[in-house]
Amino acid sequence: MSANNMQELEYAIDEITEIAEGFGLDFYPMRYEICPADIIYTFGAYGMPTRFSHWSFGKTFHKMKMQYDFGLSKIYELVINSNPCYAFLLEGNSLIQNKLIVAHVLAHCDFFKNNARFSATNRNMVDSMSVTAERVNQYEMEYGTQAVESFIDAVLGIQEHIDPNVIKPRNLDKERYMEAKLRELREAQPSEPGRYDDLWELDKRSQASKSSKFSLHDMANRPFPPEPEKDIIWFIQQFSPVLEDWQRDIMSMLRDEMLYFWPQIETKIMNEGWASYWHQRIIRELDLTSEETVEYAKLNSSVVQPSRHSLNPYYLGIKLFEDIEKRWDEPTKEEQERYGRQPGQGRAKIFEVRELESDQSFLRNYLTKKLTEELDLYIFEKKGPEWKITDKSWENIRDQLVYSRVNGGFPYITVEDGDYQRSGELYLVHQYEAVELDLKYVERTMPYVYTLWGKPVHVETTVDDKQVLFTYDGKKVSRKFI
Amino acid sequence: MNERTFIVSREDWSLHRKGYQDQARHQQRVREAIKQNLPDLVTEENIIMSDGKQIIKVPIRSLDEFRFVYNFNKKKHVGQGDGDSQVGDVLGTDSSSQGQAKGKQAGDQAGADIIEAEISIEDLENLLFDELELPNLQQKDKEEVEVTDIRFNDIRKKGIMSNIDKKRTILENLRRNALTGKPGIHHISPDDLRYKTWEEIIKPQSSAVIIAMMDTSGSMGSFEKYCARSFFFWMTRFLRKQYEKVELVFIAHHTEAKEVTEDEFFTRGESGGTICSSAYVKALEIIDTRYPPSSYNIYPFHFSDGDNLTSDNDRCVKLIGQILKKANMFGYGEVNQYNRSSTLMSAYRNIQLPNFMHYVIKEKGEVYRALKHFFKKQPGGSRT
Repeated sequence: MSANNMQELEYAIDEITEIAEGFGLDFYPMRYEICPADIIYTFGAYGMPTRFSHWSFGKTFHKMKMQYDFGLSKIYELVINSNPCYAFLLEGNSLIQNKLIVAHVLAHCDFFKNNARFSATNRNMVDSMSVTAERVNQYEMEYGTQAVESFIDAVLGIQEHIDPNVIKPRNLDKERYMEAKLRELREAQPSEPGRYDDLWELDKRSQASKSSKFSLHDMANRPFPPEPEKDIIWFIQQFSPVLEDWQRDIMSMLRDEMLYFWPQIETKIMNEGWASYWHQRIIRELDLTSEETVEYAKLNSSVVQPSRHSLNPYYLGIKLFEDIEKRWDEPTKEEQERYGRQPGQGRAKIFEVRELESDQSFLRNYLTKKLTEELDLYIFEKKGPEWKITDKSWENIRDQLVYSRVNGGFPYITVEDGDYQRSGELYLVHQYEAVELDLKYVERTMPYVYTLWGKPVHVETTVDDKQVLFTYDGKKVSRKFI
Repeated sequence: MNERTFIVSREDWSLHRKGYQDQARHQQRVREAIKQNLPDLVTEENIIMSDGKQIIKVPIRSLDEFRFVYNFNKKKHVGQGDGDSQVGDVLGTDSSSQGQAKGKQAGDQAGADIIEAEISIEDLENLLFDELELPNLQQKDKEEVEVTDIRFNDIRKKGIMSNIDKKRTILENLRRNALTGKPGIHHISPDDLRYKTWEEIIKPQSSAVIIAMMDTSGSMGSFEKYCARSFFFWMTRFLRKQYEKVELVFIAHHTEAKEVTEDEFFTRGESGGTICSSAYVKALEIIDTRYPPSSYNIYPFHFSDGDNLTSDNDRCVKLIGQILKKANMFGYGEVNQYNRSSTLMSAYRNIQLPNFMHYVIKEKGEVYRALKHFFKKQPGGSRT
């Protein structure tokens, strides 16, 4: 890019930034970096420029880069949730492409900064990850590349199984952990009577049935953990009898990285929808030549076009935001009377939505019958060798979309017992909700968990409506019905 | 213009090689996985049948990133139509789940548990042949297996004028003149002269012939033939690496032997009994008429399922002795997947000739072991 082009780009960014601020977008200071394709693709594969080295990233990078080389896909930009916010632009983007991208990126940054899910993310993650990478590298020198690599293989195998909602205590031994947990249970305050008491009641009943066998003070007889623990990574890192310090260190660092990425996993549709909504609004404010308009239209449509077999999150997201804006700008008579909704509140409403919701609640609260029909959404399943449309009722579609976003789309697995059969074995339970696990993958993942825990590992799940227990004893996987 | 809240920059990223480094590490892991899977890959159909394709896809079972995931095929998905979708519309058919039950778990998760890696045949050969070596080469008379060649690879002060190395001579002259304080090219003295000189190098003589013999009688089924075919495929390639020219002779036999084309050799089946000695006689005849041992390394290999006319066994043993006088080695491979006791093996087990080797293949994976057995590396590296 020549100095001339660079200056043009800076003028454009300045203008776009001003427009974006005028719309009320609120973002961190921006750092735009123009990079060649292989660098953009490296960052895409690693999720972060400074992330540690691992062959699986190399594999992803290779695949992505090949698709680029063959002209099958193109990443135009990459934006990092950090303060200041880093945005990487692909070298060779035309000026108008960059205009769209800058507008898009500003909205992403606004989302990072203001969405509630991101409020606890580490905005210095670029540096933190680089420290992690350095430390991993050091461990490699100290303990051997092979040892570190295969350990990381194992951790990555269960990396999604964290609990993003709670801040976990560090360095508790088992006794202190149990004490704290029990105190928590004992001192649970009875809440004010409210509308949802019947629901909370269910929770209490199930707990009561479990704990009735044990007195709260009788620690020796309490299960360990006292409550099912969702954060498997944390649990293993804290209580595994076999890990060395450097291994615990790596686990906790990788857990931090997953915690950092988690809000992005949970808000994919919203985040992309929001960014697409705004790049369209912002570009409309610019004076474009007719060539630029055509080029913009091409790129814009390639970003938001619907696809047949998977749902394009950009498209679904932008349609939802536009629909919300319309419904709050021109509420029906009924909405005005029943909910007291005033006309013309559309903009304010979508800003509220971008702050409070995640994909799950976004879809659950705002996907309407009308929109489902407009978008021609449907549910499809595999029936025999064929993939068939099986359902078009809008409530099922909405619910299916919400289900698919539960726990970031990953199976929900908890530690039920860390001292199974009184011999320190690990008992995991898959919270089955009508979707089976891939059993082949279960069998291949269990050895990873075994590596981390050092003792036999059990996974309880449901197959063909029967409960099945998988056990890996260090040599082979066996399964039995329970 | 308001205060800038952004910076645009463009750095030199040429030293940022992380993606490529980890990509290389991944490829190294693929190679390791391939190496571990060699016994399976040796008989992989799309290699044996690849017809000279340079890049092939091979199934690798250990390089996926395993984790707890939902079963994609048993899940409901949400999709989007173009406005007129109906319940019951078929979006697509999954061809991989029909038929071809490959591997044990194929019904479970079609295709997804096998990762295909791309590798060039050459890389695969290198991995495989790394572990193989031509046996018994040293037993032949040196003059017969070796040719001498010359290669200019040294510079000396004395030599023949026609081999003078002008560049180096001038360099010497420049240096000497610079030392004496009068730089430039002038007054070339005999001291400056440099000559190229050569070294004699010895190359193994570059022809070999494989005499592939196979029982094509009724008892040889497709499995037996496939194993034999895989074996010959790799053996040919291996020998081609060692020799410039490798010729193949195919002899099919049942009660009598016939020289056939490669295609016929692997495809045709005949009925009737088996007399192995007929093939050996034919082999001897071909050696005598076309491949003088003085200029060919001869590798006769015989594949059979072990059936033979019992009264023919003695004759076979005797003929093997005769062939071995002319050949580098004699290999007998028996494909015997049900572990029957075979007539031929009971006779061959007692052959005590040093260059006679036999191997019994019970399953596909053992083709690889057979290769390693026949071409095992000699301890102490006896290659010349």
